[in-house]
Amino acid sequence: MSEELIETIKKEFRSDILDEIVSNNEHYLTVNKDAAVHICDYLYHTLNFPLILIFATDERAKERTKDGCFKIHYVFSCKSDLFIIIKIKVEEKSPGFPTLTHKIPAANWYEREIQDMFGLVPVGHPDPRRLIHFEDWPAGLYPLRKDFDIRTKPPRVKGEYIYRRVEGEGVYEIPVGPVHAGVIEPGHFRFSVAGEPILNLEIRHFYTHKGVEKSFESMSLDKAVFLAERISGDNSAAHAVAFCQAVEKIAGVDIPPRAKYIRTILLELERLYNHFGDIAGIATDVAYPFGAAHANKLKEQVMQLNEKVTGSRLLRGMNAIGGVRRDIGDKKEMILKELDSLQKDFMELMELLISSPSVADRIETTGRISNEIAKGLHVVGPAGRASGIDNDIRRDHPYAAYHKLDFKVPVIKAGDVNARTNVRAYEVYESLSLIKLALSGLPGSEIRTKIKKIPDGCALGYTESPRGEIFYWVHISNGRIERCKVRDPSFCNWLAIEYAVLDNIVPDFPIINKSLSLSYSGNDM
Amino acid sequence: MTVEDEIEIMGQRLNRKIKGLFGRSLSIREVDAGSCNACEVEVNALSNPIYDLERFGIHIVASPRHADMLLVTGPVTRNMELALLKTYNATPEPKLVVAMGSCACNGGIFGETYASSGGVDRFMPVDVYIPGCPPRPQAVIFGLMVAVDKIEQKIRKLEVKA
Repeated sequence: MSEELIETIKKEFRSDILDEIVSNNEHYLTVNKDAAVHICDYLYHTLNFPLILIFATDERAKERTKDGCFKIHYVFSCKSDLFIIIKIKVEEKSPGFPTLTHKIPAANWYEREIQDMFGLVPVGHPDPRRLIHFEDWPAGLYPLRKDFDIRTKPPRVKGEYIYRRVEGEGVYEIPVGPVHAGVIEPGHFRFSVAGEPILNLEIRHFYTHKGVEKSFESMSLDKAVFLAERISGDNSAAHAVAFCQAVEKIAGVDIPPRAKYIRTILLELERLYNHFGDIAGIATDVAYPFGAAHANKLKEQVMQLNEKVTGSRLLRGMNAIGGVRRDIGDKKEMILKELDSLQKDFMELMELLISSPSVADRIETTGRISNEIAKGLHVVGPAGRASGIDNDIRRDHPYAAYHKLDFKVPVIKAGDVNARTNVRAYEVYESLSLIKLALSGLPGSEIRTKIKKIPDGCALGYTESPRGEIFYWVHISNGRIERCKVRDPSFCNWLAIEYAVLDNIVPDFPIINKSLSLSYSGNDM
Repeated sequence: MTVEDEIEIMGQRLNRKIKGLFGRSLSIREVDAGSCNACEVEVNALSNPIYDLERFGIHIVASPRHADMLLVTGPVTRNMELALLKTYNATPEPKLVVAMGSCACNGGIFGETYASSGGVDRFMPVDVYIPGCPPRPQAVIFGLMVAVDKIEQKIRKLEVKA
């Protein structure tokens, strides 16, 4: 099927395709810059392939060859486990490239990110403001260009950030953050309200931008796994596995089956404690402290189990390129016993939550994200599945041991906080069953393949984290990381909150925010 | 010894100190200066029913103006620098600053880059460092104990001056 598909695309755009490279399940097509929008539009609207990632690379160093320029990659996810990557070249002398945001709204932040980090300009972008750099960042400095030294400390300059204004009788603004009242990450929210209902919300992030993608480029591969674990703290395992898988794909290594099963167990343990935490957060925000205490206890139970099994409450240090560092076979009985107790307690908790009218009253119809909005912005993970988007990387592009294990992907259409809570609850049961299945089928005894030399090349690595799909695009040259593009699920989902809160009242904002479970650090990097 | 027993022993000791010193709770304002969220996960864990730090007289407050102590996480990013300084200035004297996690201590794996400044003590005096990535809840409680001893010294100094 995938060959037919590629043939169809090639027939449609024969004259615009300049080059074609196939590696594993990734199909790279270099096309004319001017035709990119048309081709992407065709892939997205006619063939219905979601746009999952846009990123740029600086390949000016290859000056002497014909490729001495910047490149922009548009990654589409197709059915039958295939990725189509459309590439265009952008010259330094004419840094403009046509914007895709008018056709595909999900392109919005990616294009602004490329503008800030590479100095390439999305021509005709509806919102060309800065995204990552603040107003005090000097013009003309682009951190991901190869000639930018990572230790540069640019001076602070005068500048102004202009917020969208809503005007009218009785309209006022509520600025919130970056330092919030609760123990959460920093970000700025600006509400325009009249009375209680929210007329407009503008989010402003990237307070926690640490220059992670640039840091990858000066790190050894083994150390880079630790950096990946620290991109979004509570999704450590999912980030580490995604990165390792990309490198293993470049090396052409198939890791031992036992390592794949252990990774699956780690990823599902991570989903468990995150989902318990999110359900606890929702219960807290609807003023149901009994349910919150109950769910928080479950989360703590999983974190203590994590520590007993892996030595880290957040599952850190387990993954390595080529497999995992520690076998968990001897902990099988302990894990199974704990899972039974978790399952029993969680069922009790959900009965309590569902039967409580004060909870239902706060979460039903609250913070609705329509299927149309979710599709347009490419909302991923439980938030997407609660808005009728049937996407799950574990099933659509299987990795680790998922193709050998049986599980269901819950999809609900309502799109409100209630739907997002329920999707998570279903996923908890699926995770519990997945861990049991994986434990009972632990194969072999090897847990790590030694990799001597990693050849030059690039590849995608991906996992379905508790928040949704994580993508890594890693390019290795001479055993070093040339470029590592990371896309956390929150980068897709943040914009959805601006729609979810509309016509809701300000006091419901925390519940909506919590139900989307967004990472700031994963977004800002 | 179970986690619950450990916490009970450490918590009681901490509680006696705090009561003797303040006659009320110790108020902490947590500031994320660019962390990866792992430290926040552990600070939040301190409020769950297993640890329940509130029962030992430790109160996490919503504003720096109510705080005796700032618990800072993260390597201090360029974009959070100003917000952190404003929070510090809004905290009344005598105040304590505790750097929690490897990043807050010295920048951690993020180190010093164009966007990360490499530790809280570049911007303000830090009284206690709690290493770990992230520190376990037990380590955080131990760090708080060390910090409470320090605030005792600070109060004495202020009294001598007065």
